[in-house]
Amino acid sequence: MLEFRKEFFADERDDKLNVVGKGVQRQDMLGHVTGTTAFFDDHRPAGLLHLKVLRSPHAHARLRGIDTTAAERAPGVRRVIRGADVPRNLNTLLGLIGFGKDDEPSLATTKVRYRGEPIIAIVADSEREAMEALALIRVDYDPLPTVFDVEEALKPGAPLVNEVYPGNAFEYYEHFDHQRIRFGDVEAGFRTADHVLEQRYQMSPIEQAPTETNGSIAAPETNGRFVVYTPTQGLFFSLDTCAKILDVESNRLHFIGGTAGGGFGGKVDCLTEPLAILGAMLTGRPVRYVLGREEEMQFGGPRSGERIYIKDGMMRDGRIVARKVTVYFDSGAYTRLTSYGAVKCAAHIPGPYSIPNVSADCYTVFTNRTPATAMRGFGVTAVDWALECQMDKLAHLIGMNPAEFRILNAYRDGDMKAHRREAKGTALIECVQVAAEKAKWPLSEAARREESRKGGGGVRAEITPTPRDTTPKRRNSAGAQATANWDRPAPPATTPFQERFTPPAPSAPPPASAVPPRPPEPPAPPAGPKPGAQRFSSVFGTRRR
Amino acid sequence: MKTPVQFRLNGTSVAVFVDGGANLLTALRDGVGDLTPKFGCGQGTCGACTVLVDGEPRLSCITLAETCEGRGVETLTGLKQGADLHPLQTAFMEHFAAQCGFCTPGMLMAAKALLDRNPRPTRDEVVEAIAGNICRCTGYEPIIDAILAAAQSARRY
Repeated sequence: MLEFRKEFFADERDDKLNVVGKGVQRQDMLGHVTGTTAFFDDHRPAGLLHLKVLRSPHAHARLRGIDTTAAERAPGVRRVIRGADVPRNLNTLLGLIGFGKDDEPSLATTKVRYRGEPIIAIVADSEREAMEALALIRVDYDPLPTVFDVEEALKPGAPLVNEVYPGNAFEYYEHFDHQRIRFGDVEAGFRTADHVLEQRYQMSPIEQAPTETNGSIAAPETNGRFVVYTPTQGLFFSLDTCAKILDVESNRLHFIGGTAGGGFGGKVDCLTEPLAILGAMLTGRPVRYVLGREEEMQFGGPRSGERIYIKDGMMRDGRIVARKVTVYFDSGAYTRLTSYGAVKCAAHIPGPYSIPNVSADCYTVFTNRTPATAMRGFGVTAVDWALECQMDKLAHLIGMNPAEFRILNAYRDGDMKAHRREAKGTALIECVQVAAEKAKWPLSEAARREESRKGGGGVRAEITPTPRDTTPKRRNSAGAQATANWDRPAPPATTPFQERFTPPAPSAPPPASAVPPRPPEPPAPPAGPKPGAQRFSSVFGTRRR
Repeated sequence: MKTPVQFRLNGTSVAVFVDGGANLLTALRDGVGDLTPKFGCGQGTCGACTVLVDGEPRLSCITLAETCEGRGVETLTGLKQGADLHPLQTAFMEHFAAQCGFCTPGMLMAAKALLDRNPRPTRDEVVEAIAGNICRCTGYEPIIDAILAAAQSARRY
């Protein structure tokens, strides 16, 4: 049951609440219990066609040839869609806010990088006919060496997963192959510490597994637009992604969503909408593209697997004086949203504790696994689990009560965090006190008297002197291998989409031979921040307060 | 080649042409147009497609449509009693027993099958009855509470 502990931070809060703490009926509940809630797949426009996708059985292979002759002649088949039919067959989700390079094709053309990667789509009168036609496609695969381990992938000579990132790691700010924190001097901290504990943690990928699988239905409207029924968790994000991939003005797309049969992060990747719309464009008919459960597992991204190393230096009295963390996010074959998860992870280290010396390196690593993406606190959940396991181990090492150990090391208002921001609104101490009370866990009188708003600041507000960091910005460049631009189409003409969304490259001016923009040319974007940037706080540093 | 299948759906006779090997879920959703049973896995593991066949809960995604010839099929569409909600529906609303709503049609049908044969189930019997229905929003406790409350309220009538 919900319980308000109003004795904490009462002066910071307005308790005149109208909704919080009261039972309020959901506006969609009547639809749910009567079965009249319309999920995306509960639309049946007349003339509906069905789209199914041929997926790679290999984790890594060159595509030597694709023969769709028999499939094209199969009964019920209306259209075979290849990568060449996709107007912009390379995208990265956060490209909309200028973060990361386009790295994932809608349909693979020259190489597949994970098992389940889409290669050919077939639009047919029925799902069955689409499936039967898929079975007639002949693909000549040339299997390539694979890599499934994040640390193996970063070693020199590892198989190159994604040619867009020759080091097998996502590139941040065009300079670093990882996210980095340097605060104080951890090595000096380890030298002064009474105890040093280094541990390795491994979190597996976790599938969101919403009860409703991903899918969408796209249909031509009467005004040249396309209506799309979708369970996406980011309606306008998906709309703009489709506009980019399909190279159309976004006002030609009409997305209807807001009702998802579960998502948990698994429905932000715009997995089905682009091909469903393209199918509708190419056939002039409504097209339905729904993932089966196996496709959902293979093609829909899970929470990334994370390998986490934590090395702590601790004094005999329990104070942690140095913490060094190295995290490897398994992004799978493409970026999707893992790059952002690693940013969140770095923003969270060293956890809610005041530690004078902190060092962190967070890598987003490409392997031949299913591309990973968002899932419920991604980037933070796994490192939190590892950090709290580590806290327990440290407490046991010196025989200290783990709850009191956390209170001792907890950050307090006014403390300087490793990110050189002042800690505000801290409440870990109070959380531990209430948790101990609920669990009937013993807590000393002194620990019970501690407060987040007392004892912080002062010397704890200072930035520890930090030696100049001489470690390389990039750990590895596997780029000695051939870096053919697989999947990257010929340089496209400047499109309306690019005009509006792609920030101009800071360095090289466009070559004189650049193809001129297609008419009609929309007005140039106004100078200033890119659209959406302010709302994406962790990447751009724009703060909420 | 399509096969005609006739059955009673929520008390009304319906006829539908199906492909050989078509499942009941497809026959209901694409043939008859009853969209209340949901596709969640197509493998009989999630329970979102649960309907009643002659009063017994069945996973319609792995039930051959042709095996329902002449039988009585119940879906969530038929659960309301005229304009009034079934006690299960009222209890689900009052106990916040739905979040995304996708498992709800299957949950309600599994619960109806239970209460029809056992109007006074224990908590364990409720858990057993919905053991084949996955709620990924993890709202099992409110769902169990709602089914028990529905059994209580139905007894008052």
